[in-house]
Amino acid sequence: MIARFFGYIGCSVREGLAGLGFAIRNFFILMRLSPGAFRRPGLISEQIHFIGNYSLLIIAVSGLFVGMVLALQGYYTLNQYGAEQMLGQVVALALVRELGPVVTALLFAGRAGTSLTAQIGLMKAGEQLSAMEMMAINPIQRVLAPRFWAGVIAMPVLAAVFSAVGVLGGYLVGVKLIGVDEGSFWSQMQAGVDVRADVLNGVIKSFIFGIAVTFTALFQGYHAQPTPEDVSRATTRTVVIASLLVWGLNFVMTALMFNK
Amino acid sequence: MHRKTIDVWVGLFVLLGLASLLFLAFQAGNMSTLSFGQTYSVTGRFDNIGGLKPQAPVKSAGVVVGRVGDISFDDKSFQASVRLDMVTDYKFPKDSSLKILTAGLLGEQYIGIEAGGDDKNLAEGDRIVRTQSATVLEDLINQFIYSKAAEGKEGSE
Repeated sequence: MIARFFGYIGCSVREGLAGLGFAIRNFFILMRLSPGAFRRPGLISEQIHFIGNYSLLIIAVSGLFVGMVLALQGYYTLNQYGAEQMLGQVVALALVRELGPVVTALLFAGRAGTSLTAQIGLMKAGEQLSAMEMMAINPIQRVLAPRFWAGVIAMPVLAAVFSAVGVLGGYLVGVKLIGVDEGSFWSQMQAGVDVRADVLNGVIKSFIFGIAVTFTALFQGYHAQPTPEDVSRATTRTVVIASLLVWGLNFVMTALMFNK
Repeated sequence: MHRKTIDVWVGLFVLLGLASLLFLAFQAGNMSTLSFGQTYSVTGRFDNIGGLKPQAPVKSAGVVVGRVGDISFDDKSFQASVRLDMVTDYKFPKDSSLKILTAGLLGEQYIGIEAGGDDKNLAEGDRIVRTQSATVLEDLINQFIYSKAAEGKEGSE
């Protein structure tokens, strides 16, 4: 019985590793077929429209509210130490370094990731992908690669919009509502936020998150069983795996980027 | 949707992202204070630079006139060698003095440069001789305790 227990552990580890290797191999196939997708930029821009433009509303509204809440909470704590002039710096650094890329990635996984997985999964269930293969069109090149690059392009854009709207939200609450001094709000922020160390690192993070989330969504959709139940399970898997990946990658990147 | 309309929306989307990024860089970040202008470098040696970091401002009369570039250790004189990148528009006499000051009580440290009276100005690569190191808190405390002890001894004599 103990032997069966160990056998079970060994089997799961081996299957996990095989799954990981399978995913990595698919990633390299996607990379290899990408130049063909770039030869048809109309496809990519169409996907940017579906993935990016339609996510803009939720990202902007979330950014606004995150910025406003940061300003409120930050003010309550900073006021205890008489440091409420640092509010601008606190809001901007929190957004640009961490919250912008990560929250955008999570929302992106939830909104765009699930729609991608469902779209590809339904294409597979409706045998559209097999039909493409019959016509000697590589479905990975025609369907998956444009969506991948659209997601990779859209993520940093959305993260930048999130951070910018968040800073504005923080300004609205901090300066207009609470009454922090406007001059010190912006000048302390400019003194504390470094373009190379903070803004650029945030952009790099969102770029990596874009790769991880979009690839997860496409992979889950492409390899779902062609039944409605499994397509819906695949969308759930997308969100869970993409979110975990985002948190793990964020920790690693923060540890690498932000150590003085 | 027609292909052209989609392209317009996508273009606007990417433009919005770029605008946000530029806003973050200039309004929220320190890009506007990064001087891309011409600079000339001078060096100064300090016994103790305290918490001085590269990119710290060099101020004269409170106005930023340059930035701290490299900080290195000179193992011949056992002093810290600081390279200052001064903005070319501002010229200082050769006998100017440098002090390491703190912005506010707990703020960042910066270098204050005070003009001397020499006719000739600093040129590229010159070394400023008159420097004053950062104030170390422990030395101040020692000084205070020592002066209190000396006072006490005088009082009892």
